[in-house]
Amino acid sequence: MLITRVIPCLLLKGRGLVKTVRFKDPTYVGDPINAIKIFNEKEVDELIFLDITATLEKRPPPYQVISEIASECFMPLAYGGGIRSLPEIEKIFSLGVEKVCLNAAAVEDPDLIRDAAKAFGNQSIVVSVDVKKSLFGKYEIFTHGGRRSARKEILSHVRRMEELGAGELLLTSIDRDGTRQGYDLDLIGRVADAVGIPVIACGGAGGLNDITAAVKSGAAAAAAGSLFVFHGRHRAVLISYPSREELDAAFPAAPDRET
Amino acid sequence: MIVIVDYGVGNLGSLRNMLKKIGQEALISQDPQAVGKADKIILPGVGSFDHAINNLRSTGLVPVLSECVLNRKIPILGVCLGMQLMTGGSQEGELPGLGWVDAETVRFRFDESLRHLKVPHMGWNTIRVRGASPLFEAMAEGSRFYFVHSYHVRCRAESDVLATTDYGGDFVSAFARENIAGVQFHPEKSHRFGMRLLQNFVEKC
Repeated sequence: MLITRVIPCLLLKGRGLVKTVRFKDPTYVGDPINAIKIFNEKEVDELIFLDITATLEKRPPPYQVISEIASECFMPLAYGGGIRSLPEIEKIFSLGVEKVCLNAAAVEDPDLIRDAAKAFGNQSIVVSVDVKKSLFGKYEIFTHGGRRSARKEILSHVRRMEELGAGELLLTSIDRDGTRQGYDLDLIGRVADAVGIPVIACGGAGGLNDITAAVKSGAAAAAAGSLFVFHGRHRAVLISYPSREELDAAFPAAPDRET
Repeated sequence: MIVIVDYGVGNLGSLRNMLKKIGQEALISQDPQAVGKADKIILPGVGSFDHAINNLRSTGLVPVLSECVLNRKIPILGVCLGMQLMTGGSQEGELPGLGWVDAETVRFRFDESLRHLKVPHMGWNTIRVRGASPLFEAMAEGSRFYFVHSYHVRCRAESDVLATTDYGGDFVSAFARENIAGVQFHPEKSHRFGMRLLQNFVEKC
């Protein structure tokens, strides 16, 4: 049966890897190719790379960097950031990437999700949803690196994305990003209940127990940033990933979870 | 020379990247002459069955591929949809497949009790190898592979089944008959397990 996927989510700013806290204060953590080489050795289940400034700077995806990343990845790879059109998606796939993450485009041009799913298959289209809790405790969707409110109701948005053909949702809690305080389990539960497609939880993982909790709340897979790039209270940069044995122990009921 | 058949479908760069990692140069080509000179052929593929078989036929490569595979017995490895194209046909489409192995491609169907299983079958899963095959030689215990597919192969001859995988029941995750082999998973995205398989194909098949 399927293994529960645990996915490092790495942020690109220019040619460097960074890590944010609540989508702010990007700290440089190293060279992406170097990180991939380590993640290859650690045999990670999958990798997600997000260019966090492409949409803000109205830039197309950085194909050269993506190509360098893809040529080193011996695991499935997803890329997101600045994607606006089918030809851009096609170009990214041609570089050796398996999946694309669409965030702002999914809000502003939902037809792209449908067209892309039709052209490349649902399994290759990930819709990424960044969520912040308002002062009144209401979940709100943001795009452009958490700067622009999408003005969409979250559950109707994710259901619509599923209808249009999204194969997976990457659900990120902006409030928990980089905090290592644990995932927003309430958010995960609500979204996972609303859709049939796999939900990848992201934002807040501080340890494997958080990932187990996310899966119990309905996530099919879990992504994390800080957990895999920082070590200790002083956030020293150290690329790490749990061993297969640790992962197997963290998901005793894994066979039925991803399903 | 190893030739990765390019017919406008799929992720060829990652196959070449992994071969390069194990010290093998591969040519990505849709030139019938180059394919005709290959001593190892990889037939990749992602997307839908009819679209892929149409594309493959329109490249004019089918006659040369058939000559290589059926008459000259050049080793060939079908990957994912490439494996399915080697069968007689698929429930996904209406067009006939290449018919090189006595098999058909069918959609995942589950009993009521397994309705929670999702299609596509996407993610890492393990395989159970049946009998000895050079393709799975020296494969580490607990080898796992990355799968993404909604349809799977059903072999008519048990002896063609090389490995099975459990997803709501066992399905054929690898087959082989003489020089023709196919794997449903993506070795090029399966770390050292996939590397070992590709290396076995290049060196031992």
